[in-house]
Amino acid sequence: MSTIKIIDDKCVGCGQCANECPFGVISMIERPEHPKKFKLAKIDINKCVYCGTCVEACKFSAIELQKDEPALAEVDNSLYKGVWVYAEQRHGEISSVVFELLSECKKLSQELSVPLSAVLIGGADISSKAQDLIERGADKVYVYDDPALAEFQDDPYTSILTALIKQEKPEIVVMGATNIGRSFASRVAARIKTGLTADCTALSVDIQTRNLQQTRPAFGGNIMATILTPHHRPQMSTVRHKVFKEATIQKGRQGEIIKVTKDDSLLKNRTKFIQFIGDDSSKINIADADIIVSGGRGLGGKEGFKLLKELADLLGGAVGASRAAVDADWISYSHQVGQTGRTVAPRVYIACGISGQIQHMVGMNSSDIIVAINKDPFCPMMKAANFSIEGDLFEVVPRMIKNIKELKK
Amino acid sequence: MNIIVCIKQVPNTTDVKIDSETGRLKREGVESIVNPFDEYAIEEAVRLKEKNPGSKVTVITMGPPQAESVLRDALSKGADEGVLVCDRAFGGADTLATAYALSMAIKHLGNFDVIFCGKQATDGDTAQVGPGIAEMLDIAHVAYVKKINNISDKSITVERLMEDGYDVIESSLPVLMTVVKEINIPRLPSLKGKINSKKAVIKTLTAVDIGADEKRIGLNGSPTQVKKVFTPTQKTVEGEKFVGEPDVVASAIVAKFQEIGIV
Repeated sequence: MSTIKIIDDKCVGCGQCANECPFGVISMIERPEHPKKFKLAKIDINKCVYCGTCVEACKFSAIELQKDEPALAEVDNSLYKGVWVYAEQRHGEISSVVFELLSECKKLSQELSVPLSAVLIGGADISSKAQDLIERGADKVYVYDDPALAEFQDDPYTSILTALIKQEKPEIVVMGATNIGRSFASRVAARIKTGLTADCTALSVDIQTRNLQQTRPAFGGNIMATILTPHHRPQMSTVRHKVFKEATIQKGRQGEIIKVTKDDSLLKNRTKFIQFIGDDSSKINIADADIIVSGGRGLGGKEGFKLLKELADLLGGAVGASRAAVDADWISYSHQVGQTGRTVAPRVYIACGISGQIQHMVGMNSSDIIVAINKDPFCPMMKAANFSIEGDLFEVVPRMIKNIKELKK
Repeated sequence: MNIIVCIKQVPNTTDVKIDSETGRLKREGVESIVNPFDEYAIEEAVRLKEKNPGSKVTVITMGPPQAESVLRDALSKGADEGVLVCDRAFGGADTLATAYALSMAIKHLGNFDVIFCGKQATDGDTAQVGPGIAEMLDIAHVAYVKKINNISDKSITVERLMEDGYDVIESSLPVLMTVVKEINIPRLPSLKGKINSKKAVIKTLTAVDIGADEKRIGLNGSPTQVKKVFTPTQKTVEGEKFVGEPDVVASAIVAKFQEIGIV
């Protein structure tokens, strides 16, 4: 068991460790022997994750950390080679996050001097998409097609990806942090008994150890953590949509398409896909949109969203909303941006009547350009905006619509 | 029907403020609450119990002794039994080790038909523990469930929320579901529930009780390691301000839109 303790004699009660602890588990308590004079740091060991931040922060070497190396059956890392991207498809089309993963993972594979492969699982004609993956940078594409796999289901997809990983032994497997990726990546990792890091926003490799450095936000984006999977392979991560740029298409690029030998036992399934019902309320999925016009409490009602929809349609964008607007039933949950909704990173995010609570900001603050329209010039959204418009959105937005329409004529 | 709900105690981030000088989270006075997504899981479990008389809802959490309070919270909203999986040896667990410990605790409790989890916890945001538990129990799971259409002794039909709409999925039982906000509106605790929850005896299970392999729990059983934790540099933008007559600002911003090429 790992242990961490404060060496009472060395602690001067400066409180630096408590300030630096990202998990807030260190408090400063009175010393009975020096009441009201020196304090003593106290670590809540029930909550400590042994990250070692306090050890580095302490200038008096008063914190002793003994960290156990994981004893979980380790693997011989050198047997594992290659970088894989799971090529997620939805209704037979490759999800755009896959092209983003290919561009970033290409860099990793080049640094590690290994091929970049994609794994494509889908219905009978899915192999027609394999060449697209090669033109976006994949050197190899493993294809497993079967009519039973046309739509995503956890059991067979988990079995196929796991079997392929066990057979080919890649050192890194990256998947999109989409509903599909987040649903079955964890099952795959649990079956292989390896580490999985969710929702990464940055990936890099250490050439010496070949460890993948996975950086992700936690606490709603208030802190960032870099995570390693040092003793297990493959190292698995899911990556957020819109964090990396899409790989460009290199027409006619050559690669190898490998049809995976079929094994019907992998198709065993405890669930059954009945049907898909599309969301008609928004033609454009907010997670994919380049431009999002978003509304909050300041809209005052359902009518306000009609106005935003008009602006969004003109700009070829989608409509987003804050939690306040969704909770008031002005618009459906599928439009909600933020911690309890979706994370988006469009080119332009236009926030109308959204004050910018932290839970909303973490869902959109990686947008390239933020435009805010608000009556309150001092609200967080206006401060975070590249372009802030102080005014009544019901006066400004209709005039913007009018101007844009005139320009389009 | 035996229903299990896995919940987590998290800091209440709604009240979290950022210290403008250090850029760090201000944690003083931040209370611990039931992970907001788990509230929907508790509610759905209680609704399922109400529709199927004779059912039992067991709420389970892994955490320090003070996590008992979230179990009492769930009991006040209609759950029947609270189980705290608590042991120093579980400390420092990542999602794999957490899923393992919870799956062993669930096996220890015995029969179950349905397990509910929130879609993710608001402190870690990983969404990995639910499907991980299902894998270790070797049962089916459906993530992002927004509606239960019907349930029988052998199977369940649910709607799974996707980015572009929803999928209708039928699953055999037992099944683990992670639920989204859309599934229900959680009730407030009743007075009777509050009184009962105060009196309830919370069962505590240690690593030995659940027969956990010590190599697979806590930091020992965690393949991922936190290498570094840091506060992201606050994005400070020297924003351009538009103030004045609506006509003027509207045309100024539209001109900006043309400049950046979106009009």
